[in-house]
Amino acid sequence: MSEFEQLYREVILDHYRSPRNHGLLEPRDAYAEGQNPLCGDEISVTVRFGAGDVIEKVGFEGQGCAISQAATSMLSDLVTGRTAQEVAAMAKDELLEEIGIPLTPVRLKCALLGFGVLKVALHKAKGTPLPEEWGTSAGDITLV
Amino acid sequence: MAVTTPAKLDAHALRADFAYLEELVNGSPIAYLDSASSTQKPKQVLDAMREFYEHSYANIHRGVYRLAERATEGYEGARSKVAAFINAPSTREVIFTRNATEAINLVAYGWGLDNLGPGDVVIVSELEHHANLVPWQYIASRTGASVRAIPIDDLGELNLDVLDAIAREGNVKVVGVGLVSNTLGTINPVERIAAFAHAQGAILVVDAAQAAPHRAVDVQALGCDFLAFSSHKLCGPGGAGALWGKAELLEAMSPFNLGGSMIRSVALDKTTFNELPYKFEAGTQAIAEAYGFGVAIDYISEIGLPAIEAHEHELTAYALDKLAELDFIKVFGPPVERRAGIISFDVAGVHPHDVAQILDWEGIAVRAGHHCTQPLMTRLGVAATTRASFYLYSLPEEVDRLVAGLLKVKKSLG
Ligand SMILES: Cc1ncc(COP(=O)(O)O)c(C=O)c1O
Repeated sequence: MSEFEQLYREVILDHYRSPRNHGLLEPRDAYAEGQNPLCGDEISVTVRFGAGDVIEKVGFEGQGCAISQAATSMLSDLVTGRTAQEVAAMAKDELLEEIGIPLTPVRLKCALLGFGVLKVALHKAKGTPLPEEWGTSAGDITLV
Repeated sequence: MAVTTPAKLDAHALRADFAYLEELVNGSPIAYLDSASSTQKPKQVLDAMREFYEHSYANIHRGVYRLAERATEGYEGARSKVAAFINAPSTREVIFTRNATEAINLVAYGWGLDNLGPGDVVIVSELEHHANLVPWQYIASRTGASVRAIPIDDLGELNLDVLDAIAREGNVKVVGVGLVSNTLGTINPVERIAAFAHAQGAILVVDAAQAAPHRAVDVQALGCDFLAFSSHKLCGPGGAGALWGKAELLEAMSPFNLGGSMIRSVALDKTTFNELPYKFEAGTQAIAEAYGFGVAIDYISEIGLPAIEAHEHELTAYALDKLAELDFIKVFGPPVERRAGIISFDVAGVHPHDVAQILDWEGIAVRAGHHCTQPLMTRLGVAATTRASFYLYSLPEEVDRLVAGLLKVKKSLG
Protein backbone atom coordinates (compact mmCIF):
# COMPACT_ATOMS: atom_id res chain seq x y z
CA MET A 1 0.00 0.00 0.00
CA SER A 2 1.41 3.41 -0.89
CA GLU A 3 1.73 6.18 1.68
CA PHE A 4 -1.13 7.92 -0.04
CA GLU A 5 -3.42 4.91 0.30
CA GLN A 6 -2.48 4.48 3.94
CA LEU A 7 -3.44 7.98 4.98
CA TYR A 8 -6.12 8.77 2.49
CA ARG A 9 -7.95 5.48 2.91
CA GLU A 10 -10.94 4.94 0.67
CA VAL A 11 -13.30 5.55 3.58
CA ILE A 12 -11.56 8.84 4.46
CA LEU A 13 -11.78 10.06 0.88
CA ASP A 14 -15.42 9.03 0.76
CA HIS A 15 -16.27 11.03 3.89
CA TYR A 16 -14.22 13.95 2.59
CA ARG A 17 -15.88 14.02 -0.82
CA SER A 18 -19.40 13.35 0.45
CA PRO A 19 -19.50 14.37 4.08
CA ARG A 20 -22.36 12.99 6.16
CA ASN A 21 -24.53 15.40 8.11
CA HIS A 22 -23.14 18.39 6.29
CA GLY A 23 -24.87 21.71 6.80
CA LEU A 24 -25.88 23.54 9.95
CA LEU A 25 -29.21 22.58 11.53
CA GLU A 26 -32.02 25.04 11.97
CA PRO A 27 -33.57 24.95 14.51
CA ARG A 28 -30.88 23.61 16.78
CA ASP A 29 -30.29 23.05 20.47
CA ALA A 30 -26.53 23.33 20.60
CA TYR A 31 -23.89 25.19 18.64
CA ALA A 32 -20.17 25.82 18.78
CA GLU A 33 -17.44 26.77 16.38
CA GLY A 34 -13.72 26.44 16.71
CA GLN A 35 -10.47 26.88 14.87
CA ASN A 36 -7.24 25.01 14.90
CA PRO A 37 -4.91 27.94 15.55
CA LEU A 38 -2.04 26.09 13.90
CA CYS A 39 -3.54 25.93 10.45
CA GLY A 40 -6.69 28.03 10.55
CA ASP A 41 -9.00 25.06 9.94
CA GLU A 42 -12.53 25.87 11.04
CA ILE A 43 -15.46 23.74 12.06
CA SER A 44 -18.95 24.70 13.23
CA VAL A 45 -21.16 22.07 14.82
CA THR A 46 -24.90 22.12 15.53
CA VAL A 47 -26.85 19.51 17.47
CA ARG A 48 -30.53 18.69 17.86
CA PHE A 49 -31.58 16.62 20.88
CA GLY A 50 -34.42 14.20 21.28
CA ALA A 51 -35.88 13.01 24.58
CA GLY A 52 -33.42 12.40 27.40
CA ASP A 53 -30.54 14.43 25.91
CA VAL A 54 -30.17 11.91 23.10
CA ILE A 55 -28.44 13.40 20.06
CA GLU A 56 -31.00 13.12 17.32
CA LYS A 57 -29.00 14.86 14.66
CA VAL A 58 -25.67 16.57 14.17
CA GLY A 59 -24.96 19.08 11.42
CA PHE A 60 -21.55 20.55 10.69
CA GLU A 61 -19.78 22.84 8.31
CA GLY A 62 -16.16 23.66 7.99
CA GLN A 63 -13.13 24.59 6.04
CA GLY A 64 -10.17 22.37 6.34
CA CYS A 65 -8.08 19.50 5.14
CA ALA A 66 -9.38 16.10 4.11
CA ILE A 67 -8.53 14.64 7.52
CA SER A 68 -10.36 17.26 9.59
CA GLN A 69 -13.46 17.22 7.42
CA ALA A 70 -13.63 13.45 7.06
CA ALA A 71 -13.05 12.94 10.78
CA THR A 72 -15.90 15.28 11.65
CA SER A 73 -18.16 13.53 9.19
CA MET A 74 -17.35 10.14 10.74
CA LEU A 75 -17.82 11.60 14.19
CA SER A 76 -21.26 12.90 13.32
CA ASP A 77 -22.35 9.37 12.38
CA LEU A 78 -20.71 7.90 15.42
CA VAL A 79 -22.44 10.07 18.02
CA THR A 80 -25.94 10.14 16.58
CA GLY A 81 -28.24 8.25 18.94
CA ARG A 82 -26.02 8.66 22.00
CA THR A 83 -26.70 10.98 24.90
CA ALA A 84 -24.81 14.21 25.42
CA GLN A 85 -23.32 12.74 28.58
CA GLU A 86 -22.09 9.64 26.78
CA VAL A 87 -20.45 11.73 24.09
CA ALA A 88 -18.87 14.06 26.63
CA ALA A 89 -17.30 11.00 28.23
CA MET A 90 -16.27 9.45 24.93
CA ALA A 91 -12.53 8.94 24.61
CA LYS A 92 -10.80 10.30 21.54
CA ASP A 93 -9.41 6.84 20.87
CA GLU A 94 -12.83 5.64 19.82
CA LEU A 95 -12.88 8.19 17.01
CA LEU A 96 -9.24 7.55 16.14
CA GLU A 97 -9.94 3.84 15.83
CA GLU A 98 -12.78 4.60 13.49
CA ILE A 99 -10.52 6.83 11.41
CA GLY A 100 -8.03 3.99 11.47
CA ILE A 101 -4.96 5.65 9.98
CA PRO A 102 -1.57 6.56 11.43
CA LEU A 103 -1.53 10.27 12.27
CA THR A 104 1.41 12.54 12.98
CA PRO A 105 0.97 14.98 15.89
CA VAL A 106 0.01 17.80 13.51
CA ARG A 107 -2.53 15.71 11.65
CA LEU A 108 -3.89 14.44 14.97
CA LYS A 109 -4.97 17.98 15.75
CA CYS A 110 -6.74 18.10 12.39
CA ALA A 111 -8.52 14.84 13.14
CA LEU A 112 -9.70 15.94 16.58
CA LEU A 113 -10.86 19.47 15.79
CA GLY A 114 -14.50 18.50 15.21
CA PHE A 115 -14.46 16.27 18.26
CA GLY A 116 -13.37 19.18 20.43
CA VAL A 117 -15.91 21.57 18.95
CA LEU A 118 -18.71 19.05 19.51
CA LYS A 119 -17.73 18.69 23.16
CA VAL A 120 -17.85 22.46 23.55
CA ALA A 121 -21.31 22.57 21.95
CA LEU A 122 -22.59 19.91 24.35
CA HIS A 123 -20.98 21.71 27.26
CA LYS A 124 -22.69 24.96 26.36
CA ALA A 125 -26.10 23.35 25.91
CA LYS A 126 -26.12 20.67 28.60
CA GLY A 127 -23.34 21.61 30.98
CA THR A 128 -21.50 18.38 30.27
CA PRO A 129 -17.86 18.35 31.35
CA LEU A 130 -15.03 19.31 29.01
CA PRO A 131 -12.05 16.97 28.81
CA GLU A 132 -9.98 17.21 31.98
CA GLU A 133 -6.72 17.86 30.15
CA TRP A 134 -8.21 21.09 28.81
CA GLY A 135 -8.37 22.69 32.25
CA THR A 136 -10.51 25.80 32.00
CA SER A 137 -9.78 26.43 28.33
CA ALA A 138 -10.79 24.59 25.21
CA GLY A 139 -7.44 22.91 24.70
CA ASP A 140 -6.05 23.28 21.23
CA ILE A 141 -9.21 24.85 19.93
CA THR A 142 -9.75 28.56 19.61
CA LEU A 143 -13.41 29.29 20.12
CA VAL A 144 -14.78 31.96 17.86
CA MET B 1 28.67 54.23 -15.36
CA ALA B 2 29.75 50.65 -15.25
CA VAL B 3 26.95 48.30 -14.44
CA THR B 4 28.25 45.47 -12.33
CA THR B 5 26.23 42.32 -12.42
CA PRO B 6 26.67 40.38 -9.23
CA ALA B 7 28.81 37.29 -9.40
CA LYS B 8 26.51 34.31 -9.84
CA LEU B 9 26.41 31.86 -7.02
CA ASP B 10 26.77 28.15 -7.60
CA ALA B 11 23.91 26.61 -5.69
CA HIS B 12 24.96 23.06 -6.55
CA ALA B 13 28.39 23.65 -5.04
CA LEU B 14 26.97 25.42 -1.98
CA ARG B 15 24.70 22.48 -1.22
CA ALA B 16 27.76 20.50 -0.19
CA ASP B 17 27.87 22.74 2.91
CA PHE B 18 24.43 21.58 4.04
CA ALA B 19 24.31 17.99 5.22
CA TYR B 20 20.56 17.55 4.96
CA LEU B 21 20.45 18.74 1.36
CA GLU B 22 22.91 15.99 0.44
CA GLU B 23 21.01 13.22 2.19
CA LEU B 24 18.97 10.89 0.08
CA VAL B 25 15.46 9.95 1.09
CA ASN B 26 14.02 7.16 -1.05
CA GLY B 27 16.86 7.69 -3.49
CA SER B 28 16.61 11.43 -4.01
CA PRO B 29 17.48 14.52 -2.01
CA ILE B 30 14.77 16.47 -0.25
CA ALA B 31 13.63 19.58 -2.05
CA TYR B 32 13.66 21.88 0.95
CA LEU B 33 11.37 24.72 -0.06
CA ASP B 34 10.71 26.14 3.39
CA SER B 35 13.62 28.47 4.00
CA ALA B 36 11.31 31.39 4.80
CA SER B 37 10.43 29.49 7.96
CA SER B 38 14.00 28.64 8.80
CA THR B 39 17.06 27.80 6.77
CA GLN B 40 19.32 24.80 6.84
CA LYS B 41 22.71 25.36 8.49
CA PRO B 42 26.05 25.15 6.70
CA LYS B 43 28.87 23.17 8.25
CA GLN B 44 30.96 26.36 8.47
CA VAL B 45 28.54 27.71 11.07
CA LEU B 46 28.14 24.42 12.90
CA ASP B 47 31.89 23.75 12.99
CA ALA B 48 32.64 27.26 14.21
CA MET B 49 30.08 26.97 16.99
CA ARG B 50 31.41 23.63 18.08
CA GLU B 51 34.93 25.01 18.08
CA PHE B 52 33.74 28.01 20.09
CA TYR B 53 31.96 25.85 22.63
CA GLU B 54 34.99 23.58 22.94
CA HIS B 55 37.73 26.16 23.14
CA SER B 56 36.37 29.65 23.72
CA TYR B 57 33.28 29.29 25.86
CA ALA B 58 32.74 30.96 29.22
CA ASN B 59 30.31 33.56 30.46
CA ILE B 60 31.10 36.95 29.03
CA HIS B 61 31.92 40.44 30.28
CA ARG B 62 32.81 39.96 33.92
CA GLY B 63 35.42 37.27 33.59
CA VAL B 64 39.04 38.16 34.27
CA TYR B 65 40.53 34.93 33.01
CA ARG B 66 41.56 34.53 29.39
CA LEU B 67 38.84 32.11 28.42
CA ALA B 68 36.17 34.61 29.42
CA GLU B 69 38.00 37.26 27.47
CA ARG B 70 37.99 35.06 24.39
CA ALA B 71 34.29 34.38 24.78
CA THR B 72 33.60 38.11 25.13
CA GLU B 73 35.65 38.80 22.02
CA GLY B 74 33.65 36.22 20.09
CA TYR B 75 30.36 37.67 21.27
CA GLU B 76 31.29 41.29 20.69
CA GLY B 77 32.88 40.40 17.37
CA ALA B 78 29.52 39.05 16.29
CA ARG B 79 27.92 42.34 17.29
CA SER B 80 30.34 44.18 15.02
CA LYS B 81 29.44 41.81 12.19
CA VAL B 82 25.74 42.43 12.68
CA ALA B 83 26.34 46.18 12.74
CA ALA B 84 28.36 46.11 9.53
CA PHE B 85 25.85 43.78 7.88
CA ILE B 86 23.03 46.35 8.17
CA ASN B 87 25.29 49.41 7.94
CA ALA B 88 24.53 50.51 11.49
CA PRO B 89 26.41 53.67 12.47
CA SER B 90 27.51 52.16 15.77
CA THR B 91 27.78 48.77 17.46
CA ARG B 92 26.19 50.36 20.56
CA GLU B 93 22.97 50.37 18.57
CA VAL B 94 22.90 46.61 18.05
CA ILE B 95 21.14 44.58 20.71
CA PHE B 96 21.20 40.81 20.72
CA THR B 97 17.80 39.25 21.26
CA ARG B 98 16.47 35.73 20.94
CA ASN B 99 14.86 36.43 17.59
CA ALA B 100 13.01 39.04 15.55
CA THR B 101 9.91 38.55 17.67
CA GLU B 102 11.71 39.45 20.86
CA ALA B 103 13.35 42.42 19.14
CA ILE B 104 9.95 43.84 18.17
CA ASN B 105 8.55 43.15 21.63
CA LEU B 106 11.48 45.03 23.09
CA VAL B 107 10.47 48.13 21.11
CA ALA B 108 6.75 47.69 21.74
CA TYR B 109 7.27 47.42 25.50
CA GLY B 110 10.33 49.61 25.89
CA TRP B 111 9.18 52.45 23.69
CA GLY B 112 5.46 51.89 23.37
CA LEU B 113 4.45 51.64 27.03
CA ASP B 114 6.04 55.01 27.79
CA ASN B 115 5.15 56.88 24.64
CA LEU B 116 1.70 55.70 23.57
CA GLY B 117 -1.62 56.84 24.95
CA PRO B 118 -5.23 57.61 24.03
CA GLY B 119 -5.50 59.39 20.69
CA ASP B 120 -2.26 57.86 19.44
CA VAL B 121 -2.18 55.59 16.43
CA VAL B 122 0.09 52.68 15.58
CA ILE B 123 0.09 51.88 11.88
CA VAL B 124 0.91 48.38 10.70
CA SER B 125 -0.04 46.64 7.47
CA GLU B 126 -2.32 43.82 6.41
CA LEU B 127 0.79 41.90 5.37
CA GLU B 128 2.37 41.82 8.82
CA HIS B 129 3.58 38.67 10.45
CA HIS B 130 1.91 38.30 13.85
CA ALA B 131 5.31 39.19 15.35
CA ASN B 132 4.89 42.75 14.10
CA LEU B 133 1.18 43.00 14.84
CA VAL B 134 0.30 41.29 18.10
CA PRO B 135 2.84 43.18 20.27
CA TRP B 136 1.44 46.47 18.94
CA GLN B 137 -2.15 45.39 19.48
CA TYR B 138 -1.30 44.43 23.02
CA ILE B 139 0.65 47.56 23.92
CA ALA B 140 -2.01 49.71 22.25
CA SER B 141 -4.70 48.06 24.36
CA ARG B 142 -2.61 48.65 27.50
CA THR B 143 -2.07 52.32 26.69
CA GLY B 144 -5.34 53.31 25.01
CA ALA B 145 -3.75 53.83 21.60
CA SER B 146 -5.33 52.39 18.48
CA VAL B 147 -3.94 50.22 15.70
CA ARG B 148 -4.67 50.79 12.03
CA ALA B 149 -3.55 48.62 9.14
CA ILE B 150 -2.47 49.74 5.68
CA PRO B 151 -4.59 47.67 3.32
CA ILE B 152 -3.22 45.76 0.35
CA ASP B 153 -4.45 45.71 -3.21
CA ASP B 154 -5.29 42.56 -5.12
CA LEU B 155 -1.64 41.99 -5.99
CA GLY B 156 -0.73 41.98 -2.33
CA GLU B 157 0.96 45.38 -2.38
CA LEU B 158 0.44 48.13 0.15
CA ASN B 159 -1.99 50.86 -0.74
CA LEU B 160 -0.12 53.85 0.65
CA ASP B 161 -2.81 56.28 -0.50
CA VAL B 162 -4.68 55.63 2.73
CA LEU B 163 -1.87 56.91 4.92
CA ASP B 164 -3.07 60.50 4.96
CA ALA B 165 -6.58 59.46 5.92
CA ILE B 166 -5.23 57.30 8.75
CA ALA B 167 -3.07 60.21 9.91
CA ARG B 168 -6.20 62.32 10.35
CA GLU B 169 -7.56 59.81 12.87
CA GLY B 170 -5.03 60.64 15.56
CA ASN B 171 -1.37 61.15 16.35
CA VAL B 172 0.60 58.61 14.42
CA LYS B 173 3.36 57.54 16.81
CA VAL B 174 4.56 54.25 15.36
CA VAL B 175 4.66 52.78 11.90
CA GLY B 176 5.56 49.10 11.95
CA VAL B 177 6.06 47.39 8.63
CA GLY B 178 7.88 44.42 7.16
CA LEU B 179 10.45 44.90 4.45
CA VAL B 180 9.41 41.65 2.77
CA SER B 181 6.15 39.78 3.37
CA ASN B 182 6.75 36.26 4.60
CA THR B 183 3.57 35.01 2.93
CA LEU B 184 3.40 36.84 -0.41
CA GLY B 185 7.02 37.85 -0.87
CA THR B 186 5.94 41.46 -1.46
CA ILE B 187 8.85 43.88 -1.22
CA ASN B 188 7.49 46.97 0.51
CA PRO B 189 8.56 50.52 -0.34
CA VAL B 190 9.95 51.21 3.10
CA GLU B 191 11.81 54.39 2.10
CA ARG B 192 8.50 56.00 1.15
CA ILE B 193 6.91 54.83 4.37
CA ALA B 194 9.86 56.26 6.30
CA ALA B 195 9.23 59.69 4.79
CA PHE B 196 5.59 59.52 5.86
CA ALA B 197 6.43 58.29 9.37
CA HIS B 198 8.95 61.01 9.98
CA ALA B 199 6.65 63.72 8.64
CA GLN B 200 4.21 62.52 11.32
CA GLY B 201 6.87 62.54 14.02
CA ALA B 202 6.42 58.78 14.33
CA ILE B 203 9.05 56.10 14.72
CA LEU B 204 9.44 53.51 11.97
CA VAL B 205 9.96 49.93 13.07
CA VAL B 206 11.04 47.64 10.26
CA ASP B 207 10.64 43.88 10.45
CA ALA B 208 13.51 42.66 8.29
CA ALA B 209 13.16 38.97 9.19
CA GLN B 210 12.48 38.03 5.55
CA ALA B 211 14.71 40.66 3.99
CA ALA B 212 18.04 40.55 5.80
CA PRO B 213 18.81 36.94 4.76
CA HIS B 214 18.16 37.61 1.08
CA ARG B 215 19.12 41.15 0.07
CA ALA B 216 21.41 43.89 1.30
CA VAL B 217 19.78 45.87 4.10
CA ASP B 218 21.02 49.31 5.03
CA VAL B 219 19.34 50.92 8.02
CA GLN B 220 20.62 54.36 7.09
CA ALA B 221 19.38 54.19 3.51
CA LEU B 222 16.02 52.84 4.66
CA GLY B 223 15.61 55.71 7.09
CA CYS B 224 14.10 53.53 9.81
CA ASP B 225 14.39 53.93 13.56
CA PHE B 226 14.39 50.28 14.54
CA LEU B 227 15.04 47.11 12.58
CA ALA B 228 14.62 43.50 13.67
CA PHE B 229 15.78 40.17 12.26
CA SER B 230 16.64 36.60 13.24
CA SER B 231 19.75 34.50 12.87
CA HIS B 232 17.95 31.25 12.11
CA LYS B 233 16.58 32.55 8.81
CA LEU B 234 20.05 33.36 7.46
CA CYS B 235 21.92 30.11 8.01
CA GLY B 236 22.64 30.87 11.66
CA PRO B 237 21.54 29.07 14.82
CA GLY B 238 18.23 29.56 16.56
CA GLY B 239 18.10 31.54 19.79
CA ALA B 240 19.82 34.60 18.39
CA GLY B 241 18.43 37.69 16.75
CA ALA B 242 19.12 41.37 16.59
CA LEU B 243 17.46 44.67 17.15
CA TRP B 244 19.04 47.76 15.71
CA GLY B 245 17.79 51.10 17.01
CA LYS B 246 18.89 54.70 16.84
CA ALA B 247 21.07 55.42 19.85
CA GLU B 248 19.10 58.46 21.02
CA LEU B 249 15.88 56.43 21.06
CA LEU B 250 17.45 53.45 22.79
CA GLU B 251 19.05 55.72 25.38
CA ALA B 252 15.74 57.34 26.24
CA MET B 253 13.92 53.99 26.43
CA SER B 254 13.03 52.00 29.49
CA PRO B 255 14.68 48.59 29.78
CA PHE B 256 12.74 45.52 28.70
CA ASN B 257 14.16 42.64 30.74
CA LEU B 258 15.73 43.46 34.07
CA GLY B 259 18.35 41.68 36.12
CA GLY B 260 22.02 40.88 35.81
CA SER B 261 24.35 42.48 33.24
CA MET B 262 21.98 45.27 32.34
CA ILE B 263 22.88 47.33 35.42
CA ARG B 264 25.63 49.78 36.28
CA SER B 265 25.07 49.72 40.02
CA VAL B 266 22.47 48.27 42.28
CA ALA B 267 21.51 49.20 45.80
CA LEU B 268 18.51 47.75 47.55
CA ASP B 269 16.46 50.84 46.85
CA LYS B 270 17.81 51.96 43.52
CA THR B 271 19.41 50.68 40.33
CA THR B 272 21.13 52.57 37.55
CA PHE B 273 21.08 50.88 34.22
CA ASN B 274 24.05 49.99 32.12
CA GLU B 275 25.01 51.80 28.94
CA LEU B 276 23.98 50.70 25.47
CA PRO B 277 23.69 48.02 24.31
CA TYR B 278 23.99 46.17 27.63
CA LYS B 279 21.00 47.95 29.14
CA PHE B 280 18.87 45.70 26.95
CA GLU B 281 20.79 42.46 27.44
CA ALA B 282 19.75 41.20 30.85
CA GLY B 283 20.89 37.80 32.01
CA THR B 284 23.29 35.38 30.39
CA GLN B 285 22.95 35.65 26.66
CA ALA B 286 22.99 32.93 24.02
CA ILE B 287 26.71 33.53 23.65
CA ALA B 288 27.75 30.82 21.22
CA GLU B 289 24.56 31.36 19.24
CA ALA B 290 25.33 35.06 18.87
CA TYR B 291 28.80 34.01 17.78
CA GLY B 292 27.30 31.57 15.26
CA PHE B 293 24.99 34.34 14.04
CA GLY B 294 28.14 36.32 13.20
CA VAL B 295 29.67 33.36 11.38
CA ALA B 296 26.47 32.93 9.37
CA ILE B 297 26.62 36.60 8.40
CA ASP B 298 30.17 36.01 7.19
CA TYR B 299 29.03 32.96 5.27
CA ILE B 300 26.23 34.69 3.36
CA SER B 301 28.23 37.90 2.95
CA GLU B 302 31.03 35.98 1.33
CA ILE B 303 28.59 34.50 -1.18
CA GLY B 304 27.27 38.03 -1.54
CA LEU B 305 23.80 39.35 -0.84
CA PRO B 306 23.39 40.66 -4.41
CA ALA B 307 24.24 37.21 -5.76
CA ILE B 308 21.77 35.57 -3.38
CA GLU B 309 19.07 38.04 -4.37
CA ALA B 310 19.74 37.49 -8.07
CA HIS B 311 19.71 33.71 -7.67
CA GLU B 312 16.39 33.75 -5.84
CA HIS B 313 14.94 36.19 -8.33
CA GLU B 314 15.79 33.88 -11.18
CA LEU B 315 14.25 30.89 -9.40
CA THR B 316 11.14 32.86 -8.51
CA ALA B 317 10.65 33.99 -12.08
CA TYR B 318 11.07 30.42 -13.26
CA ALA B 319 8.65 29.07 -10.67
CA LEU B 320 6.02 31.72 -11.38
CA ASP B 321 6.18 30.86 -15.09
CA LYS B 322 5.87 27.15 -14.41
CA LEU B 323 3.02 27.55 -11.96
CA ALA B 324 1.17 29.82 -14.38
CA GLU B 325 0.95 26.83 -16.72
CA LEU B 326 -1.10 24.91 -14.16
CA ASP B 327 -4.72 25.97 -14.40
CA PHE B 328 -5.59 24.51 -10.99
CA ILE B 329 -3.04 26.69 -9.19
CA LYS B 330 -3.75 30.23 -8.10
CA VAL B 331 -0.67 32.17 -7.06
CA PHE B 332 -1.08 35.07 -4.64
CA GLY B 333 1.08 38.16 -4.56
CA PRO B 334 2.90 40.62 -6.78
CA PRO B 335 4.75 40.13 -10.06
CA VAL B 336 8.32 38.93 -9.91
CA GLU B 337 9.83 42.43 -10.20
CA ARG B 338 8.48 43.34 -6.80
CA ARG B 339 8.63 39.95 -5.13
CA ALA B 340 11.23 38.11 -3.09
CA GLY B 341 11.70 34.32 -3.26
CA ILE B 342 8.40 33.40 -1.66
CA ILE B 343 5.36 31.97 -3.44
CA SER B 344 2.05 31.27 -1.74
CA PHE B 345 -0.61 29.52 -3.75
CA ASP B 346 -3.93 27.74 -3.68
CA VAL B 347 -4.57 24.35 -5.25
CA ALA B 348 -8.16 24.24 -6.46
CA GLY B 349 -10.24 22.01 -4.24
CA VAL B 350 -7.38 20.71 -2.11
CA HIS B 351 -6.58 21.96 1.36
CA PRO B 352 -2.96 23.13 1.88
CA HIS B 353 -2.43 20.45 4.55
CA ASP B 354 -3.25 17.76 2.07
CA VAL B 355 -1.09 19.44 -0.56
CA ALA B 356 1.90 19.57 1.79
CA GLN B 357 1.29 15.99 2.91
CA ILE B 358 1.33 14.59 -0.61
CA LEU B 359 4.33 16.75 -1.58
CA ASP B 360 6.18 15.40 1.45
CA TRP B 361 5.82 11.89 0.08
CA GLU B 362 7.45 13.20 -3.08
CA GLY B 363 10.35 14.52 -1.00
CA ILE B 364 9.28 18.15 -1.24
CA ALA B 365 9.11 20.22 1.94
CA VAL B 366 6.71 23.16 1.74
CA ARG B 367 4.74 24.94 4.43
CA ALA B 368 0.97 24.86 4.71
CA GLY B 369 -1.01 27.13 6.96
CA HIS B 370 -1.58 30.78 7.70
CA HIS B 371 2.14 31.53 8.06
CA CYS B 372 1.44 33.67 11.14
CA THR B 373 -0.45 36.13 8.95
CA GLN B 374 -4.09 35.48 9.77
CA PRO B 375 -5.36 38.98 8.89
CA LEU B 376 -3.75 38.53 5.47
CA MET B 377 -5.48 35.15 5.05
CA THR B 378 -8.77 36.86 5.83
CA ARG B 379 -8.01 39.52 3.24
CA LEU B 380 -7.17 36.87 0.65
CA GLY B 381 -10.33 34.98 1.53
CA VAL B 382 -8.60 31.73 2.41
CA ALA B 383 -7.96 29.89 5.67
CA ALA B 384 -4.49 28.86 4.65
CA THR B 385 -2.12 28.67 1.71
CA THR B 386 0.68 26.42 0.57
CA ARG B 387 4.00 28.26 0.46
CA ALA B 388 7.26 27.50 -1.30
CA SER B 389 10.29 29.63 -0.51
CA PHE B 390 13.84 29.71 -1.81
CA TYR B 391 17.32 30.33 -0.56
CA LEU B 392 20.86 30.32 -1.83
CA TYR B 393 20.88 26.52 -2.07
CA SER B 394 17.59 26.18 -3.96
CA LEU B 395 17.65 24.75 -7.47
CA PRO B 396 15.50 25.00 -10.60
CA GLU B 397 15.22 21.19 -10.47
CA GLU B 398 13.40 21.62 -7.18
CA VAL B 399 10.88 23.87 -8.87
CA ASP B 400 10.37 21.16 -11.49
CA ARG B 401 9.81 18.61 -8.77
CA LEU B 402 7.32 20.93 -7.09
CA VAL B 403 5.38 21.23 -10.33
CA ALA B 404 5.40 17.47 -10.86
CA GLY B 405 4.30 17.00 -7.25
CA LEU B 406 1.42 19.42 -7.71
CA LEU B 407 0.24 17.48 -10.74
CA LYS B 408 0.20 14.41 -8.53
CA VAL B 409 -1.77 16.28 -5.86
CA LYS B 410 -4.29 17.30 -8.47
CA LYS B 411 -4.58 13.74 -9.72
CA SER B 412 -5.11 12.18 -6.30
CA LEU B 413 -7.29 14.71 -4.49
CA GLY B 414 -8.25 17.49 -6.89
C1 LIG C 1 8.19 38.61 8.41
C2 LIG C 1 8.52 37.91 9.68
N1 LIG C 1 8.57 38.61 10.80
C3 LIG C 1 8.88 38.04 11.97
C4 LIG C 1 9.14 36.70 12.06
C5 LIG C 1 9.43 36.12 13.39
O1 LIG C 1 10.71 35.62 13.41
P1 LIG C 1 11.15 34.77 14.67
O2 LIG C 1 10.18 33.66 14.76
O3 LIG C 1 12.53 34.34 14.32
O4 LIG C 1 11.10 35.69 15.83
C6 LIG C 1 9.09 35.93 10.92
C7 LIG C 1 9.37 34.48 10.97
O5 LIG C 1 8.59 33.62 10.87
C8 LIG C 1 8.77 36.54 9.70
O6 LIG C 1 8.69 35.83 8.58
